Amino acid sequence: MSVGLFILVSVIKIALVFFILLTAVAYTVWLERKVVGHMQNRWGPTRVGPFGLLQPAADGVKFLFKEDLTPPHVHKTLYIAAPMIAVVFALTSIAVIPFGNWVSISDTIYTPLQITDVNIGLLIILGLTSLGVYGIALSGWSSNNKYSLLGGLRASAQMISYEIALGLSLVGVLILSGSFSLREIVQAQSGHFWGIIPKWNIFYGGQFVAFFIYLMAAYAETNRIPFDLPEAETELVAGYHTEYSAMKFAMFFMAEYANMITVGCLATILFLGGWNGPIFGPYIVQVLLPVFYFVAKVFAFLFIYIWVRGTLPRFRYDQLMAFGWKFLLPLSIANLVVTALVVALKS
Amino acid sequence: MHLILFLIFGGVCVAGAVNLLLQHHPIDSALSLVVVMGALAAEYLLLGAEFVAAVQVIVYAGAIMVLFVFVIMLLNAGEEARSGGSRVAWIFGVPGMLIGSVLMAWVLLKHSGNSHVEVGALPGSPQAIGWLLFHDYLLPFEVTSILVLIAIMGAVVLAGHAQSPTRAIEKKEG
Repeated sequence: MSVGLFILVSVIKIALVFFILLTAVAYTVWLERKVVGHMQNRWGPTRVGPFGLLQPAADGVKFLFKEDLTPPHVHKTLYIAAPMIAVVFALTSIAVIPFGNWVSISDTIYTPLQITDVNIGLLIILGLTSLGVYGIALSGWSSNNKYSLLGGLRASAQMISYEIALGLSLVGVLILSGSFSLREIVQAQSGHFWGIIPKWNIFYGGQFVAFFIYLMAAYAETNRIPFDLPEAETELVAGYHTEYSAMKFAMFFMAEYANMITVGCLATILFLGGWNGPIFGPYIVQVLLPVFYFVAKVFAFLFIYIWVRGTLPRFRYDQLMAFGWKFLLPLSIANLVVTALVVALKS
Repeated sequence: MHLILFLIFGGVCVAGAVNLLLQHHPIDSALSLVVVMGALAAEYLLLGAEFVAAVQVIVYAGAIMVLFVFVIMLLNAGEEARSGGSRVAWIFGVPGMLIGSVLMAWVLLKHSGNSHVEVGALPGSPQAIGWLLFHDYLLPFEVTSILVLIAIMGAVVLAGHAQSPTRAIEKKEG
């Protein structure tokens, strides 16, 4: 492929993925309101469009036209920059996520269904999410509000603590696949054992312990119930985004849901076999089926997120820290040692 | 292309470092340091050391600097008073630093000759780094980890010295 064509294809891919991601963020919010509504014996949004499907659009317009308040005595630069930092790092991490196999449109145009395949893809995602902490920490500090500050402090402490368990839970998968490239990790999970059971890491590699560590650490990383202490309404008003209104608040909201989607994509790639699944039919179906499997797995993951939100109460802060440091961390280290031993004995 | 990117990120790096010194508020200085770390990571990436670049971002910018910012937020440190610097620093420090950096650049240019390393020619892949750490330099690596462990234990002993949190506060105040 020539350079010009490569750039053209890349730009189209970026625009498409970005559009789909933003739409997915909007409709995850809709899904959450709807599902939690039904769990609590309510209807959720119903007024705007059929099944309330246009509610995200209405919300977007509302956010755009609301008055954008800046409270006095804030640290102006950081107050404005914080939501941007949060949303930029949340949206950028989609760049290395692979959605499907290679596609060839003609003999000269072929491309992977992924914005870019880098050989340190997983590390890039970890790096971007660890930088996203700044958005939350700085918003809490710059707002000049004690509730915001407490929320920001809680969020950064929580995210640093659970990042360790999260990172260690991924090392088992890395040992099994022998690569940081997300595409290669998925390819290592293709095929079946015993004829029927897919060779996903959650079944085959015995990484289900790692999967549950990842699940819990990911809930804490994205500040979701039962780990939503940074924005606990009953004690902190709204936590780090108390002083934010209009589009700046919407940016934090988008960052949270974009992070949820990234976490879901990562869980799918690392533990649930990515786009692997039964493939048949003509070429166009063969291209689209893996993407469908991928999206279905991410959707299932998001549904569990919402399900947990509708089910569990919030942790107390000391429970949160004890759970992270005294349970998840030793468990992830044990998982790492056992996986390494098994792989070493097998080879 | 590589040279242009190198100059851009090098410029960002130096600008961040200068800004770090000029800012009055500790949190602005800490954030300038984050910018320096990020620019350094980009330079590593240009050299083909992608693993080192990622670790630079995850460990330094993403963990250590977050803790810096965390501590500044926790102590609620305000703006610092300016003293204008000591006279000794102006007379000896600044010229000394300039002479030192010129000397270092001269020595490096002189002794590296005209041989320069191609971009990406150095072993920077995760495999290469892992082989170096866990094979060639296993003993130094493990000794360093014990050193870090001793530091952690020391911190725990110092922090755990006070019997209870309330007593620690009383001690501080009394």
